[in-house]
Amino acid sequence: MNLSWMAWTKPTAIFFLTIVVLLILMGLWEAVKPGGGPRVGILRFETTRGDRLFLSLLGSAFIHLAWLGLVGPNLWWALGVSLIYAVLVFNLV
Amino acid sequence: MSKPYNNKAWWFVLPVFVLVAFSAIIPLMTVVNYSIQDTFGNNVFYWAGLEWFQEVLASDRFHNALGRNLLFSTIILAIEIPLGIAIALTLPKKGFWVPVCLVLMALPLLIPWNVVGTIWQVFGRADIGLLGHTLMSLGVDYNYATNIFDAWATIVVMDVWHWTSLVVLLCYAGLVSIPEAYYQAARIDGASKWSVFKYIQLPKIKRVLLIAVLLRFMDSFMIYTEPFVLTGGGPGNSTTFLSIDLVKTAIGQFDLGPAAAMSLIYFLIILLLSWVFYTVMENYGAEKSDPRVEQD
Repeated sequence: MNLSWMAWTKPTAIFFLTIVVLLILMGLWEAVKPGGGPRVGILRFETTRGDRLFLSLLGSAFIHLAWLGLVGPNLWWALGVSLIYAVLVFNLV
Repeated sequence: MSKPYNNKAWWFVLPVFVLVAFSAIIPLMTVVNYSIQDTFGNNVFYWAGLEWFQEVLASDRFHNALGRNLLFSTIILAIEIPLGIAIALTLPKKGFWVPVCLVLMALPLLIPWNVVGTIWQVFGRADIGLLGHTLMSLGVDYNYATNIFDAWATIVVMDVWHWTSLVVLLCYAGLVSIPEAYYQAARIDGASKWSVFKYIQLPKIKRVLLIAVLLRFMDSFMIYTEPFVLTGGGPGNSTTFLSIDLVKTAIGQFDLGPAAAMSLIYFLIILLLSWVFYTVMENYGAEKSDPRVEQD
């Protein structure tokens, strides 16, 4: 099957593999501790682990876009900020 | 019970996942791949890195189109949701007129988007259109092709005509499912019509209203066909929404890289706003409305 039209590159392949690995890890987490770990955090409504992952990924996308638009193309710092943000989301939300 | 639910049920989701993979995930992956490359066709791609994202983020054209989209969605929600609820409240709940009203309400929803655009294009023309001719004969200088306000008003009225029925039908479905006992209790308490609406009907249709708001927001934010047929994005760029700009960039100019970057930013904004709408209505709305229903 010719997939050249999809124009794969190494960075985008790594990006999607990371997402897949995260989803597999979340699945394993769910298998070990079923129920999704619901709790009420600083947003004052119930969230599960899946919600927290969604918020982390969506927030990280906007952190990267904001960094790119306001600071510049060196996104390693944005990645660092996103990781801190994800840790905060998983601990506080 | 040691396990809250049976995870084997996820196998039933597999066919949907395969379908979504083909219709959404694989195209989305391709768009991500295109967004960091440039191409002149024939599946030959050149690395561009973050250049397209920077270009789109700094582009006035993108900012203006995004502003138009947000304004349009705000206007549409502000009109269609209250109007849809109001019409649903006035519809008969039983008897001969129920199917008649429901069929009449459903008619605009059955008309394809490009036909809706064409209908209103002809309808609004001053020479042969009923609306345009009537307004002109009343002395109103109406021309959606040259006047920005007229173009916006026509698109808004066209969308209201096309989609308010959806809100009506969803709200109506929610209203008819409210048990009669609630109304009986309200009558015993001597509740006014406004109190019945505020404390019984509105909380009870909250779920369908959430679906209506989400559907209308996402649809209005992604609007393409009707304004494209009606005004082609004009006069000037005054009705060039993000989707029209996107198609111009991708197909008109064949700039697939910038178009892909624009698509991804557009997608993230829709995802964020939909999540905010859903979360606010699902969580904060529930906290405020349900306890009052219990009290009444």
